Amino acid sequence: MTAVAEPSYRKRIGYQAGLLGGFTLIAAALLVMGDIATRDTIALRKAEDLKASLAEVIPPAIHDNDLLADPLTLEGPDGSPLTVYRARQGLQVTGVAYRVSGVGYAGTIELLLGLDAAGTVLGTRVLSHAETPGLGDKMEVTKGDWILGFNGLSLGNPPAERWAVKKDGGDFDQFTGATITPRGILAALRGGLEFFATHRDALTASAVLQVDSPDAARPAPTQPGS
Amino acid sequence: MNTATDTKDRTQWGKIARDGFWDNNVILAQSLALCPLLAVTGTATNGLGMGLATTAVLVASGLMISLLRGLITPDVRIPVFVLIIAVLVTLVDLGLNAWLHDLHKVLGLFIPLIVTNCAILGRAESFASRNRVMPAAFDGLMMGVGFTFALVLLGAIREIIGSGTLFANAASLLGEGMAFLELTLIPDYRGFLLAILPPGGFLALGFLLAGKRLLDTRIAAAKRIRATAGAAA
Repeated sequence: MTAVAEPSYRKRIGYQAGLLGGFTLIAAALLVMGDIATRDTIALRKAEDLKASLAEVIPPAIHDNDLLADPLTLEGPDGSPLTVYRARQGLQVTGVAYRVSGVGYAGTIELLLGLDAAGTVLGTRVLSHAETPGLGDKMEVTKGDWILGFNGLSLGNPPAERWAVKKDGGDFDQFTGATITPRGILAALRGGLEFFATHRDALTASAVLQVDSPDAARPAPTQPGS
Repeated sequence: MNTATDTKDRTQWGKIARDGFWDNNVILAQSLALCPLLAVTGTATNGLGMGLATTAVLVASGLMISLLRGLITPDVRIPVFVLIIAVLVTLVDLGLNAWLHDLHKVLGLFIPLIVTNCAILGRAESFASRNRVMPAAFDGLMMGVGFTFALVLLGAIREIIGSGTLFANAASLLGEGMAFLELTLIPDYRGFLLAILPPGGFLALGFLLAGKRLLDTRIAAAKRIRATAGAAA
């Protein structure tokens, strides 16, 4: 690099290999330290994110448990495992929330769907999407109240076949300039509601029936007197 | 540039600063790092966040590479530089995820791309590996400041035209202390979608580059006139 004559050992392959190997070792050590220093905080942030999303689809008034405390894992509509977060008041399951997804104009739209024990929509929010800003993003709650129009509806109200955009003979408005996005969301929601109808018993089984689950082993404030 | 030998040291610092910020600006002069530039500058806030993260990596990589320059042989320098930069970027990524989580949600996808930002490897190769530690770190800082300046400028242009605001969400992304930056310049603005979409980024960048050329030509012309006037007098 400079005009200073290089010592001959620096030209040896061993020195070069050792140099690279040494740097790789130091790099690995630094990464491990960085990971240890941030791992807990990152996990905490992720849990906070999830909790904030859950609080939007399940009103805090209807439950007294920690929604993240004992999730239920079922086989989802597409065959992959689906995590269901349950809201409880005492022993009674008062609501469930889980992810549903539909295909939009530009990739998958992920939603969180919150239902009460009867299968009525408490709330639903888009978690992630890649739709066109300004056209397809009106389902974000910050950009419009379209997504709030599902609150209080269920699979029988309106009937399943009318869970579609008006263009397809359904009950719901499409946005100006974007039909595929709401169509994807409606398909996702209908799928989510049908999933609830199929697994209703497993989803809303009260905590008493779950005594053999590992969660019951630890002292849970949600199970007084059991 | 070096007019007198006794002021050589000072001119060098000034030259590094001017190079990084304007004369040799990563975006406006070298036209490097256009991928993160166009991807994140939908708003000025995102541009600022990305610029600061890149600046941190530039300073740290300049420092480390200059410190280790006596140890690294020319034959293996590129893999070692890439390794150092990759480690720094990963650490910045983890740190942002833990302590500036909202910003990380917006920039998360692009942070790992800082590794491939050719400007950083470029500075490591052409400056940090040939200079002492302080100038190398300072060069990283000024290159980063220049990059941030270009990102914020482009983000601000696109945000004002696209949505009529400036530094929207700065408080939630960068911390409460940045709330003073948030401005709504055009109330009840209906938005101009093109500016926010990638084509708008290309258009705005084109105008920026043209603007810099124009300004440089004007400055050079003014200097020439002054020089001839000085010679005549």
